[in-house]
Amino acid sequence: MKLFLRDKRFVVSSSILILFCLLAILAPWIAPYSYDAVGVGPNLSPPHFPFIMGTDVLGRDLFSRILYGARLSLAVGFCTALFSLVLGTFTGAIAGYYGGKWDRILMSIVDVFYIFPMLLLAILLTLLLGRGFIGIFLAIGMTTWVSQARLVRALVLQARDLPYVEAGRAMGLSHFQVLFKHIVPNLTGPMIVSLTFQIPNNILTESFLSFIGLGLQPPYSSWGTLANEGFRGIQSYPHLMIFPGLALFITMLAFNFLGDSLRDILDPKSSIGTNHN
Amino acid sequence: MSRYFLKSLFQSFFTLSLLVILTFFLLRLAPGGPFDGDKVWPPEIQANINAKYGLDKPLVTQFGVWVNAIFHGDLNESFHYIGTPVTEIIHEASSASFILGMSALLLSTFFGILLGVLAAWKRGSFLDLSAMFIAISGMTLPAYLVATFLILLFSNLLGWLPPALWEDKKSMILPVITLALRPLAIVARMTRTSLLEVLHSDYIRTAHAKGLKERTIFFKHALKNALIPIVTLLGPIAASLITGSYVVETIFQIPGLGQYFITSVLDRDYPLVMGMTLTYGAVLILCNLLVDLTYGFIDPRIRIGEVRK
Repeated sequence: MKLFLRDKRFVVSSSILILFCLLAILAPWIAPYSYDAVGVGPNLSPPHFPFIMGTDVLGRDLFSRILYGARLSLAVGFCTALFSLVLGTFTGAIAGYYGGKWDRILMSIVDVFYIFPMLLLAILLTLLLGRGFIGIFLAIGMTTWVSQARLVRALVLQARDLPYVEAGRAMGLSHFQVLFKHIVPNLTGPMIVSLTFQIPNNILTESFLSFIGLGLQPPYSSWGTLANEGFRGIQSYPHLMIFPGLALFITMLAFNFLGDSLRDILDPKSSIGTNHN
Repeated sequence: MSRYFLKSLFQSFFTLSLLVILTFFLLRLAPGGPFDGDKVWPPEIQANINAKYGLDKPLVTQFGVWVNAIFHGDLNESFHYIGTPVTEIIHEASSASFILGMSALLLSTFFGILLGVLAAWKRGSFLDLSAMFIAISGMTLPAYLVATFLILLFSNLLGWLPPALWEDKKSMILPVITLALRPLAIVARMTRTSLLEVLHSDYIRTAHAKGLKERTIFFKHALKNALIPIVTLLGPIAASLITGSYVVETIFQIPGLGQYFITSVLDRDYPLVMGMTLTYGAVLILCNLLVDLTYGFIDPRIRIGEVRK
């Protein structure tokens, strides 16, 4: 724990993220207005009291909308990362541990998803699954689990011949037990690190889907949706884009710094997070 | 060596086929059709249209017809841009995307490596911190925010550069910068990490012990080895840059390939989607093969058969 608190990047970025998460969870109590309350203020007014971030084209309070947007953006980020963590870990662990036929079959599936143009896949899936939360969530999750699978496979390959695995087998544990009770828990460090880098990437992908009009449907609005609404009138009403963009940027920055510091602390030898695109 | 190439070519071909099959059937599963519009056609007309484009046959037959056409160098006609062959659309759009992507690739590789080297050379200094701050910003800023910011600053405020269109050299500057920022950041971070790792290896210590100059060790001995993971990274980066970016092309009004990835799917323009997928897959495979070849030039010890992905 001391190791964590000594790292300034960790302290600053995790405090920012905890603050943002709290704001998101407590949005209904903190937000001065509801996210869809029309006409609470003048239309398109720049920031002034009591609308500290101004209002949008329908006179909705931008600050409240950003608070509610945090819920969606962060939820999409966390849920999709968790999804790819579970699916990717399972696939990668099986492929790496059992090898042979399993490895070939699973990895050729992974390879196909890997060379699939990410956006094309995400768009096809949103068309198929609809544009609700589940659709967006699966579309992003399906495009990101493969890098997790590759990572876990490589780690399991390294671990499977280590003495503790042999010891587990000698004690009469089945392959499955050794794999998921002993090897996988041992990989928690690198997996947490890769998760930290995955979350901001997924938030960014969601914001991109919103940009092309395939994001979550109104009246829900993630930060991506808000920024894109603002994008249309950037010259006359820059505040509509600047504030959601800033929220997005700070979150991404915090996650990346958090990932960097976690990597240095938990997994000093790896280079996760430097080589994903 | 040639056996390795044959094997990896075969594997790439297999993956590409799976990609194409998956795209084809996913696309058909998606609701909506290419000729759905505001108007509802009388059933006879709808049937005629379907018959003309072969949409009335079973899906598997349609796929077979499409595959057969590829081997004759034909990607069929677009449904949306009626009467225009898909090959023509892709051919026309690819030149802008290629120039844009290549410029961005060169820019991001050069400055990315430079930034990473500087950061590793002066590790822990102010230079290192600011280089890494630029890199992290580059990775985290969405392209549309960067583009908007650049346009506001250089076109609206300063009036130095045109805000959009694809006409002269001046109009290329902003889109290239926007496109290059993210790969630049990725390359810079990778260079730094990889260099720092190499600098801790035994042979560098030996070089120090031999009394070689700091600079010689860094640039002659360490940098060359540190470049290998970066070259690996450049394959997929190059492929995605060359095949165009939707955001950059839309914001700067560039007639490139990237926009078709999105619009063709939204229009359910089946032949164009398939053509784009095939193009992207082929470019990616080509880039990865080039990467494999480059390894040998950087480090002759890497016998190509031993490279593991």
